[in-house]
Amino acid sequence: MSPAQPRPSISRDDVAHVAHLARLALTAEEIERFTAQLAAVLGHAADVAALDLAGVEPTAHPLPLINVLREDEVRPCLDRDEVLAQAPAAEDGRFRVPRILGEAP
Amino acid sequence: MTPGTHTAGPAGTGGAGRTALETAEAVRSGRLKAADVLEENLAAIRAREPELHAFNLVLEDRARAEAAAVDEAVVAGRDPGRLAGVTVALKDNLCTRGVETTCSSRILEGWLPPYDATVVTRLRQEGAVVVGKTNLDEFAMGSSTENSAFGPTRNPHDPTRVPGGSSGGSAAAVAAGFAGLALGSDTGGSIRQPAALCGVVGLKPTYGLVSRYGLVAFASSLDQIGPFAGSVADAALLLEVIAGHDPMDSTSLDAPAPSLLEGLGQGVEGLRVGIVTELMDGVEPSAAAAVEAAAAVLSAAGAKVDRVSVPAAVYGLSAYYLIAPAEASSNLARYDGVRYGMRAEGPGAGGPGSGDVSAMFAATRAAGFGDEVKRRIMLGTYALSAGYYDAYYGQAQRVRTLIIGDFDAAYRSFDVLLSPTTPGPAFEFDAKTSDPLAMYLSDVCTIPTNLAGHPAVTVPWWPEGSGLPLGVQVLAPALGEAVMLRAAAAIEAGAPPAPVAP
Repeated sequence: MSPAQPRPSISRDDVAHVAHLARLALTAEEIERFTAQLAAVLGHAADVAALDLAGVEPTAHPLPLINVLREDEVRPCLDRDEVLAQAPAAEDGRFRVPRILGEAP
Repeated sequence: MTPGTHTAGPAGTGGAGRTALETAEAVRSGRLKAADVLEENLAAIRAREPELHAFNLVLEDRARAEAAAVDEAVVAGRDPGRLAGVTVALKDNLCTRGVETTCSSRILEGWLPPYDATVVTRLRQEGAVVVGKTNLDEFAMGSSTENSAFGPTRNPHDPTRVPGGSSGGSAAAVAAGFAGLALGSDTGGSIRQPAALCGVVGLKPTYGLVSRYGLVAFASSLDQIGPFAGSVADAALLLEVIAGHDPMDSTSLDAPAPSLLEGLGQGVEGLRVGIVTELMDGVEPSAAAAVEAAAAVLSAAGAKVDRVSVPAAVYGLSAYYLIAPAEASSNLARYDGVRYGMRAEGPGAGGPGSGDVSAMFAATRAAGFGDEVKRRIMLGTYALSAGYYDAYYGQAQRVRTLIIGDFDAAYRSFDVLLSPTTPGPAFEFDAKTSDPLAMYLSDVCTIPTNLAGHPAVTVPWWPEGSGLPLGVQVLAPALGEAVMLRAAAAIEAGAPPAPVAP
């Protein structure tokens, strides 16, 4: 498999799109600055992107990953109240968040 | 500490000239009180912490209680542990139950973890006294500790310069005698680089050797916890304590903790040492000279030194700055204002009726993360996004395979490898903050080890007439800590002495 050649630079629209994917509300100034800085880092990465590595297996992890299982038995876990005490908002033993669905009719 | 002197006190000693091994031995035998050891450290902290800012939090009262418990155990005839009375500073990305853990980020400010990291539990079991939580680059992303939301740490040897990073607080704490030992985390050099710039020993263990349960995740295929110490033997002691299988970490190796102190003095007769040519290119002459001088020390002690090429190492930096941000963008998705830390208030981010949950996420993350963390999340999200995945992340993973292969080839002919730890000594504040790529280049010599999952250690090297230390890095294959430390101890024994305060 031969990798697609990356585009030489990253646009402001790309940065704004990525910011949305990453759930970061960036200011116009930040988008401007990150566009230039990400382009510099990606430019440095062009050496890697340009290598012909067809036939080289990717390494995701330095160890051979195996499933690690334990006996299916009940044991103590984190204290619920101690955990919820650290949340910005909690109610009735649960995390409280703003509305997750659209406007109610 | 004498005001006006540019050098720190003896590293890792609390100013009293004792190693951690000596402290533990003296406390265990009742010749020295853990409480007195702690007071020495607290005095050093009072004298210089306002200037250096190594800590986010000093745990004076808790530490006094822990030291008293150690002294009581000694009096009662109970075994106080292998680190009895030794003070330890913890990087503030290691969870401590009920004690604020911030990662030097606004987004976690005030968070009280509901559990202890496994390494913290092991320290306590062995009688260590936790003196505080140290400053870091936010979420361990950086090479100077300038990315801390709570202000930078200063280098004890020259406060106009950075201590390195991301574990800059831990390195400075040991160098300034604030603690006998410290723990940090190393994803691309975050233990070794600051250790080198602060003139202390810093070690990144083999991936999987030390449990990461309770280490706040940055890049999970790279992160490892490891020791800072004033000597190679002290680093070996601390690694022995924290290493070993932990069922709470699914990436923990199912192997017993290695025995490291035992063989430390065996020497290097016949040891095959390779200087990595690719990691000598482009570093400052003083850094290359330090490696040559360390090699000469090993050679004089009977080692066989030669040059070796690890060709793919030159791609390490590029591959790392795709892989680590990619993993970080995933790991840091959890900071969303729901389960811990801050939630941004204001228009569209508040309670019922004022906006949706997605707007709250974006507002919280924008307000809670600093520049570098945002930059890495953006970079990683981009590298993983549709259309670019294979060109960037996929390619970087293939480069990782090449690097591992090249190291494997080198280790067929050599027992350990040598390189500079950093391209040069500590730099001045703001020298690299406006140019992320220049900052990233600080890690060029340390990154290949992380990509391979191998261990490496930095040994302080003070060039003659210089007030700033450098580090010589010893690299070894996976689980090669014993031979690596043996070589490091030999280098340490032949290294020029640190300058002493006038």
